[in-house]
Amino acid sequence: MAKANGRRSICILLAFIFTLAIMTGLGPVSAAETIRFVAANHPFHDVIRPLIPEFEKETGIRVIVENYEENQLNQKLTVEFTSGLSTVDVFMTRPLQEGRLFFKNNWYESLNSYLDAQTPAVWNWDDFPESTKQAVTIDGQIYAVPIATEWHTLFYRKDLFAEANLQPPTTFDELVAAAEKLHNPDAGICGIVLRGQRGAAVTQFSSCLYGFGGDFIQDGKCMIDSPEAIEAFKFYGKLLHAYGPPGVTNMSWPQAQALFASGNAAMWADASVLIAGIIDPDKSVVADEVGVAVFPAGPAGRRPYMVVPWGISVGAQSQNKAAAWEFILWATNHVNSKKALLSGLTVARNSTWEDREVVSELYPGLGESSIESGPVGVPYDRPVMTAVTEARDAIGEVIVHAIETGGTGDIERMAREAARKVDRLLVQAGEGRE
Amino acid sequence: MNRSKGINIERNIKWIFPLPTVLFIFLMMIFPICYTFYISLTDWNIASIIGTSFIGLDNYIDLFQEPRFYNALALTLYFTFLAVGVEVVLGVVMALILNQDFRGKNVVKFLLLLPMVATPVAIGLAWTLFYEPTIGLANYALKILGVPASEWLASRTMVIPSLALVDIWQWTPMIALIVLAGLASLSTEAFESAVVDGANWLQILRYVTLPLLRPTILIAVVLRSIEALKTFDIIYVMTAGGPGYASETLNIYCYHLSFGYFRFGAASSALIALFALVLGFSLLVLWLRRRYEV
Repeated sequence: MAKANGRRSICILLAFIFTLAIMTGLGPVSAAETIRFVAANHPFHDVIRPLIPEFEKETGIRVIVENYEENQLNQKLTVEFTSGLSTVDVFMTRPLQEGRLFFKNNWYESLNSYLDAQTPAVWNWDDFPESTKQAVTIDGQIYAVPIATEWHTLFYRKDLFAEANLQPPTTFDELVAAAEKLHNPDAGICGIVLRGQRGAAVTQFSSCLYGFGGDFIQDGKCMIDSPEAIEAFKFYGKLLHAYGPPGVTNMSWPQAQALFASGNAAMWADASVLIAGIIDPDKSVVADEVGVAVFPAGPAGRRPYMVVPWGISVGAQSQNKAAAWEFILWATNHVNSKKALLSGLTVARNSTWEDREVVSELYPGLGESSIESGPVGVPYDRPVMTAVTEARDAIGEVIVHAIETGGTGDIERMAREAARKVDRLLVQAGEGRE
Repeated sequence: MNRSKGINIERNIKWIFPLPTVLFIFLMMIFPICYTFYISLTDWNIASIIGTSFIGLDNYIDLFQEPRFYNALALTLYFTFLAVGVEVVLGVVMALILNQDFRGKNVVKFLLLLPMVATPVAIGLAWTLFYEPTIGLANYALKILGVPASEWLASRTMVIPSLALVDIWQWTPMIALIVLAGLASLSTEAFESAVVDGANWLQILRYVTLPLLRPTILIAVVLRSIEALKTFDIIYVMTAGGPGYASETLNIYCYHLSFGYFRFGAASSALIALFALVLGFSLLVLWLRRRYEV
C-alpha cells in the first residue's frame, strides 16, 4: 500500500511539472501588433536594423528581425512558404534569382492595390526609375519594392596604377595589358581577381558575355554556345588563369573582396555595392587607394550589367499585411534611402542620387560610374528563368573549366552541353520553345 | 487478483514503458524515411509548371543514368576510405600510446580530445582560412619546408585529401577513445604468456594485441564510416562541392538537388540511394565482424 502511494505521488508530481512546463512555453498574449521581417546579410539590413526602434515608436508596431546569408535565406523562405503556414510578413528577395519561382508559387503579395490605395503621395512610386519598376513586375503584378541597384564596377589600386604609369582600362585589351603588367606573384599581388566559383561566377561573367555580343537566352533558347559566348568563356578563363590568384575557382565575392582588401590584388571587378567592404578602414588595408571605374568595353561595346539585386516584399501568407506594407513604406522612404546611400548602399530612388548633400559625400568615382553605366546597362546578370540556380551551375561548370585550362580546353563541347541543359530547364518551366 | 478483466498494468508494463521511445522513433525516423521514399516515386518540383504526379521508379532510372550521381558516389567512397582508413591507423597508434603510463598523460589526453568537441562549421571556416592559397598558413608552412605551394581546396586533385585531412584531425580522437576502451577491457593473461614465450613488442602487437582488438576496431570503423559517408558540414562550408563538382559527395549532391534546384522528387531518390549505401556498408562491416570473431 505504501509503495503504491509513493508511486502515485511521483506520477502526480511529474504530471504537475510537465503541465507547468507547457504553460510557460505558451507565454503571455501580446497586445501590440507584431511583424516578422526576414532579411539577408546585406548592407540594407545593416542600415535598417538600428533604425527600427524609430519605426516602432512612430507606429506602435513591433518588428522582429531575422537575418541569414542570401542562399540560406532563399532556402529557408522556400521551405517555410511551401508549408503554406508561414508567418513571414516582410522579406528581402532577389528578383533575378527567386522572383519567378516565388511568383509562380504565389508566395508574393501583389502590391498593385497597396500602391494605389494605401500609399501616401509623398512616398512617390514614380521616384523609382522605370527599369527598376520593370525588374520587380511580372505579368503586370508588382511584387517587390526595389531597395538597391547594382552594376558591374572595376575597382583598382590607385597606388599600383600610378607606380606603373597606367590609366584605368577602358577596353578588354587594356584590361588584359594592365593585369599582365601588375601581376606580381612574388610580391603576393595578382593582376586581377574575379569570381571563379561555379555558380557565383556567372553574374560577373555576364558583362564579358555581353561585351562580346553574346547573351544567355534569346527567344526561349539558351545561347551560351554561340561563337560570341565561346569567345567570352575563353577570355574569362585566360584572364584568370594567367593573372588571377591561386585558388580562384573556389572564390565567390567574400573571398575576392577579402583578397583585394588585404592588398593582394591590383584589380577587382564585381558588384558596385561591395565597395563598402574595401573602403572601410576597419576592414581594408587599402581603404585609401581604391579607384572606381566603369567596366571596360568589349568588341561589341561597353555593356555592363545593371540590375535590381534586391527588393523587399510582403508575404502572401502573412496575417499582418497592412502593417507589413507600412514597414516597407518606412524602410524605403526618402529619409531612410538617403541614410542608406550615405552609408554606401546604392539605392534605387532617383531623388536620392540627385540630392546634392549625398552626391558630395559619395565615394569618388561611384556616382560617375553609375551615371555612365546607366544608359548602356543590361538589366539582368544571369539567365532570366525560374530554375536559375540549376542553370547557373550548368554555365558555371563551363566557366570553371575555362579557368582551369586557361581558355584552351574543350569549351565548345561543354558550352553546347550546358546550353542543352538550360534549354531542358526552360521547357520544364514553360519558358522555352522546343 | 491477477486475473482482472481490464488491462493489467503489472504484467504489461514491459510494453508500456518503451511506448514513448517507440513513438518517437516512429515519428522521427521511420515516418520520414517512408515519406521520402514516397516522394521519390513522384516528380515533385516546385520550379516546374506541371503539377506533381506519381511516376513510379522513373526518378531512380534517371538517377542511375546521371553521371553526376556516379561522380558523387565515387567521391563519397574515396573520401570515406581515405579519411576512415587514416583515422583507424592513427587512432590505434594513439590508443596504444595513451595506454602506457607517462607523465602528463592526462593533459595529453585532454588536448587530443579538443578537436572532437569543436563545432564543425567553426572548424570548416578556420581550416578554409588555413588553406587559402595566398594568405593562409598552410602554404606558408609548405614554403618554410621548401615544398611547392598547393592550391588545396581549389585543386581538383587535392580537394578531397584536404577535406579528409580536416576530418582526420577532428575524429581520430574518437577512434582512439573507442580503441582505448577496448584495450582496457583486454585480459592480461594473453600478454603475460606472450612475454613468457619470449615475444618482443612488435610480435606482441601483431599476434596478440591487434587480433584481440579486432572487434573493437571494427565497431569503431562502422561508427565512423556511417558518419563519414554522410559528411556534410565541413564539405559544404569549405567548398560547397567545388571546384566544379570535384568535392560533391552524395549528401552534398542531394542538398543541391533539394534546396538548390527544388527538385524534391529527384532529391528523394538520391537520398534513398544514400540511405541504402550507408545501411549496406554497416551491415557488411558487422557481418565481417561476426565472421572473424575471435
